[in-house]
Amino acid sequence: MSDTLLQIDNLGVDYETARGDLKALRDITFDVNRGEIVGIVGESGCGKSTLISSILRLTAPNTRFRQGEIRFKGQDLLPLSERRMRALRGEDISIVFQDPMQTHNPVLTIGQQMLDIQHRSKASKAEKRARAAKMLGAVGIPDPEARLDQFPHEFSGGMRQRIAIAMALMSEPDLLIADEPTTALDATLEVQIIERLQELQQQFDCAILFISHHLGVIAELCDRVVVMYAGAVIESGDVREIFHNPKHPYTRRLIDCDPGHIKTRARVLPTIPGEVPDLANLPEGCIFRDRCDQALPCCAHQVPPLTQLQEGHRAACWLNHEEVSA
Amino acid sequence: MTLLDVKNLHTSYGKVDVLAGVSFEVEPGETYALVGESGSGKTTVIRAIAGLAPAQQGSVKFDGREIRGASERELRPLRKDIAMMFQDPVGSLSPRLTIRSLITEPYRIQGMRQRDLDAEAKRLLEMVNLPAHFADRYPYQLSGGQARRVGVARALALEPKLILADEPTAGLDVSVQGELLNLMNDLRERLGLAMVIITHNLNVVRHVADRMGIMYLGRLVEEGDTETIFADPRHPYTHCLLSANPEPDPDARLERIALKGEPPSLLKRPQGCEFRERCPFAKPICTTVPPWEVENGHGLRCLSPMKAGQAA
Ligand SMILES: Nc1ncnc2c1ncn2[C@@H]1O[C@H](COP(=O)(O)OP(=O)(O)OP(=O)(O)O)[C@@H](O)[C@H]1O
Ligand SMILES: Nc1ncnc2c1ncn2[C@@H]1O[C@H](COP(=O)(O)OP(=O)(O)OP(=O)(O)O)[C@@H](O)[C@H]1O
Ligand code: SF4
Ligand SMILES: [Mg+2]
Ligand SMILES: [Mg+2]
Repeated sequence: MSDTLLQIDNLGVDYETARGDLKALRDITFDVNRGEIVGIVGESGCGKSTLISSILRLTAPNTRFRQGEIRFKGQDLLPLSERRMRALRGEDISIVFQDPMQTHNPVLTIGQQMLDIQHRSKASKAEKRARAAKMLGAVGIPDPEARLDQFPHEFSGGMRQRIAIAMALMSEPDLLIADEPTTALDATLEVQIIERLQELQQQFDCAILFISHHLGVIAELCDRVVVMYAGAVIESGDVREIFHNPKHPYTRRLIDCDPGHIKTRARVLPTIPGEVPDLANLPEGCIFRDRCDQALPCCAHQVPPLTQLQEGHRAACWLNHEEVSA
Repeated sequence: MTLLDVKNLHTSYGKVDVLAGVSFEVEPGETYALVGESGSGKTTVIRAIAGLAPAQQGSVKFDGREIRGASERELRPLRKDIAMMFQDPVGSLSPRLTIRSLITEPYRIQGMRQRDLDAEAKRLLEMVNLPAHFADRYPYQLSGGQARRVGVARALALEPKLILADEPTAGLDVSVQGELLNLMNDLRERLGLAMVIITHNLNVVRHVADRMGIMYLGRLVEEGDTETIFADPRHPYTHCLLSANPEPDPDARLERIALKGEPPSLLKRPQGCEFRERCPFAKPICTTVPPWEVENGHGLRCLSPMKAGQAA
């Protein structure tokens, strides 16, 4: 048996809107292996949150699964009943949402919510409470015992984010999906959380799918990186390859835009000029062509396939095809 | 004249002192960054300035006028001059309003009905680089970063004098983040817009902030010119914070200075210097309370500061 934990194959997802179907995800294909940390990066609005809500089937009502498969431990999730999915979400797969308010019920104390998620455990209430306090302490919440009796709005943004992480870790999942879990954390805590996640991954051989715009965090935490643009995977590979040897112009430009590289104050920060294509009305050819500074004639009418360039490194760009770029 | 003058601001919830005396000033056209530990009180500071959180003591002067404890009626005319960007982007937009209504709401509240709201909505969306057809969407139909940009458009609608921005670029990719910061920089130059910006992204601070204040446990522990602080942090907490910033390079080996121990308790504030128990550089003298001292515009609350150049 291979050690593939999550396998996404040709996934296509639309949002039905008044303007027509929005092709939010197209031909998404990638794997996550056991014990591996995979990062997803890409433009705001490129479909990262849509992808993970599709995996968990926690999608908006106007979502339509058009094609493809999502296999977890070999089993296709799309045909599973809602009941089976709920069991999976509680035990095998945990999620930290982009907006922590989505996780927390505003009218229940944090302690109550942390007890509720342990409903399968046989432990006594006092033991569960102690375990909840211990988890809060582990993500750096001071006075965890006293804090269990507070409501979500009484915590700071970063604390709510850390509580969401603590709750996701409580079930010791096989797969942790985290959608920008560190945006509200200061650098020292961010590093502390990264270390916790790495420990967890080693201790339980847990795989992590980690979405972030913070390229520094991706570089530090992840083994592999998937780069998305306008609803498609345009490059994927080993973290070193992606950062040091990007094979898609979007990836290269994205890395160049990171102000983390620029150590003196810049008057104008670098950007990628132009607009993302309209997902309801996709252009012909390469989706990045309008903004690409290296486009070839064929890019206007032929979609570049996601091809393997070397072991584990794939990119969807005609520049990597000698027969057309020569 | 100083645009925003905050003096000795105190906020408590029950017995817990969340802000224990915060003071800083912002000049017209200046960008001031508040950084510091998660839970140190940054959001509370700007909410208290805007009258959205209690402030039991201290003073907040805007354009020379005391606004602490002002009633909603007294504050209303100021809502045009002070705009707020909230920390959670989707949660702060009411779910039942379209994006068009949301971004033109400030005009309606100010009674500017005569404006062509559709055209205004289009202009504002364009400004934050969102397509015009987004005007008909609802907040749940936006990605996190798109909701963030709607919040920015809303705040900029009335061309305020001061923006209080809580993590305005969290959840944006680096290119959109760059666009947004360039836009804010541009407004600052054209309109003299001043900003208090809270961000954990130290790369952002370095590029947009003129001055910065570093918070720890409800107080400023260091303040000064951004460039000076990055080049020469004097407070050990600042030093640890700046050294932790992850680099966008998988091969980078960072010389991190680790913080010891747990984040401190507000219920039982540490004795002496409140950072002492976690400070890698603490000395015996640190059991006495360090005063706030200012030298050449560089403020510091530490009895055993880092020496100039020690951080490099
Ligand atoms: N329910 C919905 N109906 C219609 N369009 C939607 C809906 N939800 C999301 N979208 C659109 O689908 C696209 C993908 O959104 P998604 O939230 O997956 O992006 P993302 O990559 O997570 O972005 P971000 O980094 O900003 O969070 C966006 O253009 C968004 O506007
Ligand atoms: N309404 C409230 N009731 C009780 N405590 C509160 C309330 N709002 C904030 N606090 C507490 O005040 C402290 C400071 O919170 P604040 O939100 O200002 O922090 P912050 O510096 O913005 O943190 P972050 O970077 O995580 O957003 C925290 O301990 C928080 O739990
Ligand atoms: S396929 Fe062509 S347009 Fe697309 S990224 Fe490559 S060079 Fe640019
Ligand atoms: Mg998202
Ligand atoms: Mg905050």
